[in-house]
Amino acid sequence: MYKVKVYVTLRESVLDPQGTAVKKSLDTMGYQAVEDVRIGKYMELTIEKTDRDVEEVVKEMCERLLSNPVIEDYRYEIEESVVL
Amino acid sequence: MKFAVIVFPGSNCDVDMYHAAKDELGEEAEYVWHDATSLEGFDAVLLPGGFSFGDYLRTGAIARFSPIMNEVVKAAQAGKPILGVCNGFQVLLEAGLLPGAMRRNESLKFICRPVNLAVKNNETMFTSLYNQDEVIQVPIAHGEGNYYCDAATLASLKENNQIVFTYEGTNPNGSIEDIAGIINKDGNVLGMMPHPERAVDSLLGGADGLKLFKSIVKQWRETYAVKA
Repeated sequence: MYKVKVYVTLRESVLDPQGTAVKKSLDTMGYQAVEDVRIGKYMELTIEKTDRDVEEVVKEMCERLLSNPVIEDYRYEIEESVVL
Repeated sequence: MKFAVIVFPGSNCDVDMYHAAKDELGEEAEYVWHDATSLEGFDAVLLPGGFSFGDYLRTGAIARFSPIMNEVVKAAQAGKPILGVCNGFQVLLEAGLLPGAMRRNESLKFICRPVNLAVKNNETMFTSLYNQDEVIQVPIAHGEGNYYCDAATLASLKENNQIVFTYEGTNPNGSIEDIAGIINKDGNVLGMMPHPERAVDSLLGGADGLKLFKSIVKQWRETYAVKA
C-alpha cells in the first residue's frame, strides 16, 4: 500500500482572492511580516500496489481530476506503508 | 426541435431550462440523468446551473466525468448546439469543451442579482436575434464566476470572436476582460455565467434571455426544417 499526500494550490500567476483576504486579516492582526498567503487543498490517498508505477498513476490523477492545470499546480509525496 | 436538459446530482436550474425550452419555446424537452449513456434523438443539449456533486473538489470537476459527458462531447463534435449556464459553463470548462477556468469571485461572496450584459458577437447560433452590442439584463447567481484564461488563450478568444457576452457597467466577479460568456471556435458550444433561462418571461422580471433560446431554434429551423 501507498500513502499519497497531494497538495493543490493556485498557480503563482493566478490571483488567489482567498489568500489575499487572509493575508489582509493577518496584516491587521499585526503580522506584517507575512508577505504572501496561498490557499490550497490537501488530499490523502491510500493506493493499492498494482503493476503500474505509482508515481505515474498519481501524476495522471492529479492532471485529470485532482487539479485543474489551467489555474492550479500540484505536488505530492508518496510513502510506502507497511501492512502488518 | 428536441432539447436534452442534463441533470446532475445537485443541479438546480434544470426545471428553469426545461421551462424555457418546453413552455416558452414550445419545443420538445426531456430531462436526461447524468449516468445515461445516450443522447440519441436530441438536437440540442442544455447543461443547467446548480451545484453538481456539491461543487466538491472544484466546480464541475466531478460532473465532467459523468457517463453522459461522453455523449455531450460527441454531440459537440457533431455540431449540435450545447448551452452551459453557470454550473453548466463550469462543467464545459472542466471538460475542455471551452478554454479557461473559473476562480472564486473576487469579493469571495455569492452574488445573486440582475446584471447588464453586452452582446459582443451576434453572429452565433445563440445570439442571432440580438443586435450587436445590445445591452440586455439577465440575472447572475454564483460564487465562482471569475473567469480566467492565460494571455495566449485570451488573444485567441479575441481573434476568433469567441467572447459572446461581457458584463456591462460593473463586473460583478472580477472575470478577465469582463467576460460573462464564451463560445468555442466551431460556434456550437456556448458557456455563460448569467442565467438566460431565468429571464424568459416578464413575470420573472424580464424576458431578455428568451431571444437566446429562440436563436437556437431559428438556426435549427433554417438548417433542417426549411430544407426538408
